[in-house]
Amino acid sequence: MKKIFSLLLVCCMLPVFALADEVVNVFNWEDYIDESVLQEFTVETGIRVNYMRFTTNEDMIVQVETNPGGFDVVFPSDYMVERMLAKGLLAEINYDHIPNAKYILENLRNPDYDPDGAHSIPYMWGTVGILYNKTMVDPADVNTWGVLWNEKYRGTVFMLDSIRDTFGVTLKYLGYSVNSREYPLLKEVADKLVEQKTSGMVKAYQVDETKDKMVAGEGALALMWSGDAQYAIDLNDDLDYVVPKEGSNVWVDPMVILKDARNLENAEKFIDFLCRPEVAQKNCEEIRYSSPNSGAIELMGEEYTSNSVLNPSQETLANCEFFIDIPEKELKVYNALWTEVKNAK
Amino acid sequence: MRYDVTLPWWAYTLMGVGGLCFVVLVILSIRRNHGIKRSLFASPYTLWMILFTVLPCILIGYYAFTDTDGNFTFANFRHFWDSNAEMKEIVGEEFASSIPRGTVNVDTLVYSLWMAFLCTAISLVLGYPAALFMADRDMKLGASLVILFVVPMWMNFLLRTIAWMSLLEDNGLINQLLVAVGLPRAQLMYNSPAVLLGMIYNYMPFMVFPIYTSLSKQDISLSEAAADLGCSSFQTLTRVTIPLSLPGVISGITMVFMPSVTTFFIPRVLGGGNTMMFGDLIESKFLTEGNWNGGSALSLLMMLLILISLSILRKADPNGEGSGRI
Repeated sequence: MKKIFSLLLVCCMLPVFALADEVVNVFNWEDYIDESVLQEFTVETGIRVNYMRFTTNEDMIVQVETNPGGFDVVFPSDYMVERMLAKGLLAEINYDHIPNAKYILENLRNPDYDPDGAHSIPYMWGTVGILYNKTMVDPADVNTWGVLWNEKYRGTVFMLDSIRDTFGVTLKYLGYSVNSREYPLLKEVADKLVEQKTSGMVKAYQVDETKDKMVAGEGALALMWSGDAQYAIDLNDDLDYVVPKEGSNVWVDPMVILKDARNLENAEKFIDFLCRPEVAQKNCEEIRYSSPNSGAIELMGEEYTSNSVLNPSQETLANCEFFIDIPEKELKVYNALWTEVKNAK
Repeated sequence: MRYDVTLPWWAYTLMGVGGLCFVVLVILSIRRNHGIKRSLFASPYTLWMILFTVLPCILIGYYAFTDTDGNFTFANFRHFWDSNAEMKEIVGEEFASSIPRGTVNVDTLVYSLWMAFLCTAISLVLGYPAALFMADRDMKLGASLVILFVVPMWMNFLLRTIAWMSLLEDNGLINQLLVAVGLPRAQLMYNSPAVLLGMIYNYMPFMVFPIYTSLSKQDISLSEAAADLGCSSFQTLTRVTIPLSLPGVISGITMVFMPSVTTFFIPRVLGGGNTMMFGDLIESKFLTEGNWNGGSALSLLMMLLILISLSILRKADPNGEGSGRI
C-alpha cells in the first residue's frame, strides 16, 4: 500500500518537472546563503534553483566527479579551485555575461589559485582565528597561537576537526608557512598537536557544533573561521575574535562554473545575481562572512567597515597566507599524521 | 523547493513498471490457486537485496584488493597493520627509518571491541531484570514498561544522541543540578564514558526485546512445576527460567554487539572526536581522505569480524529460537 501511495505521489509530481524546464543546479556549503535570495532569483528570471549542500571541500569534489553534468554552479574554497583546475573541471568565465563582477574588490581579482580570476569569482572571504570568551580568558594571552597550549586553559579548547586549518595554524605558531610540505616540519606540528591533546588541553574536535557551544559558554577558546565567530559574537557579548600575531590563513570561497554544466546561461545569470550589491549585502548579513563586493560594502557602510572581524586591518592580513593545494601524495602524509593526532591517548 | 528531485525519464518509467509488477504480485499473492510458484513473490525483495546488499559487498571487495589505478594489491591490508606504511614510502629513505609502525588502525579496532564488549555486558546486566519484570504476568506495570522502552525508538537515534548533549554538557541539566545542591561541576561529556553511555542508551532495547520475547513465550506451568517440586523462587529462576531464555539472551547479545562494534557518530557527538571508534575511522577514510580502497579494506575486515562472531553465536543457538520479534 505504501509503495502504491508513494508511486501515486510521484505521478502527481511529474507535471511539476515538465513545467519548470529552466533550471540551475547549485552546489553550495551548508548554511552559506540567505535562502530568500533563491526565491527572488526564481521570481525575477523564471529559472528554478535546484539547491544542494555540502559540508567539506573533499566531500564536494567526490560528488562533482561522480555526477558529471549534475551541477552547474559550485562554491569550492580557494585551494580546491586549484585542484579542480588541475583536473580540468572548470569552465572559463565569460565576464561579458556577468557585468556585476565589476563590484569585486580589486585585490581579489588576480588570486594565486586562479590567475586573473579566469575561472572563478569570489563569493565570500575570511580568516582563521581564535574565538574566546572574555570572562574566562585574559585578552593579553590570546595574541598568540600559544594560548591553545597554555596550561591555564586546560580542557577548555575547541579545535577544528579539519586537517588543513589545524595544521595551518600550528605551522604558523611554529613560524612556518601554512603551505609547508616537508616531512620534518609536519612531524613537528603533529607532535605539537599530540602534546596538546595528551596534556588534556582539548575539549573536543568538531566543526559546525562549536559555534553554538561557545555561545552557550561551554568552552573558553575555539579555533574558528571568522564568519562563524561573528555569528557567535552576535549571540553572546562575552565573545571576541582575534587573529594572533603570528599570522594565519586567509581564504576565499569563490563561485565557479563546471565545464560540463548543462545550463551555462542560467549559471551565469545566477552568479551575476549574487554579485549584485543588494543581494551580496543580504547574503553577507545573513552568514556573517566578509564580502568581496565593493557595492555591498558601500551599502553596509560604517557597520561593516568598523567591524574588525569582518574587515580585518591590513596589518593583520599582512601576516596571513592563502592555502595552496597540497598534491595528493603529500596530502597522504598530512592524513596519516592527522589520524595519529586524532587517536593519541 | 527542497523536495524536488530531478530524475531522468527512464527512472520514472522504471518506477512505473516496478510499481505495476508490485501490484500484480500483491494481487496474485492474495488470490490463491493461480498455479504460480510462491517463491516468485519474494522476487522484488531478492532484487532489492542483490542491488543494495550483494552488489555493494562485491564492490567493497573489489576496492579492498585494488589500488587507485585498479591494479590488484594487498597493500590496503598492509596499511591496516602499519598505518604509517604509505607515509614511509612517500617521505623517502632519509626519514623513513625514524617512523615507527603506525598502530592506529589496530588500536582503534581493539578499542572498539572493548567498548562493544562493555556495552553488551552492561546492557545484559541492566536489561535482563527489566525483561524479567516486563514479562511477569502478575505485574500490571510490565506492559507500561514495554511502552516506555518502545516510545523513545519512535524518534531518530541521532536526535536522541544529540539530546544527551544538553544533559551532559558543562552548563547542562545535570551540572546545573549539581551546582544547585552545592556540588562541584563534573566533566561528563567529551570522554569515553559518555560514548559508552550513549551506546548503552541506544542499543539497550535490542537486548531487552529478544529476552522479553523468549521469556514471555515460556510456559508458566514450567516454573509452577519447579515450585511444586520444591524449588525456591531463586532456584526456579536460575535452573528453569534463565536456561530457557538463553536463546533470547544470545540473540540480544548479537543484536547489541554488532551495532556497538560498528558505532560511529556517537563518539563524535558525545566523545567530541577525542576518541575514534572503528566506524569513525572507516568514515574518515572515505569522506575526509577520499581513500576508498583503504576504507573498503577496513570495512571488509569489519564484516569478517562480524561474520565470525555471528557463526560462533549460531553454534550456541542453532535453531535461532531467540530471534527477537516484537
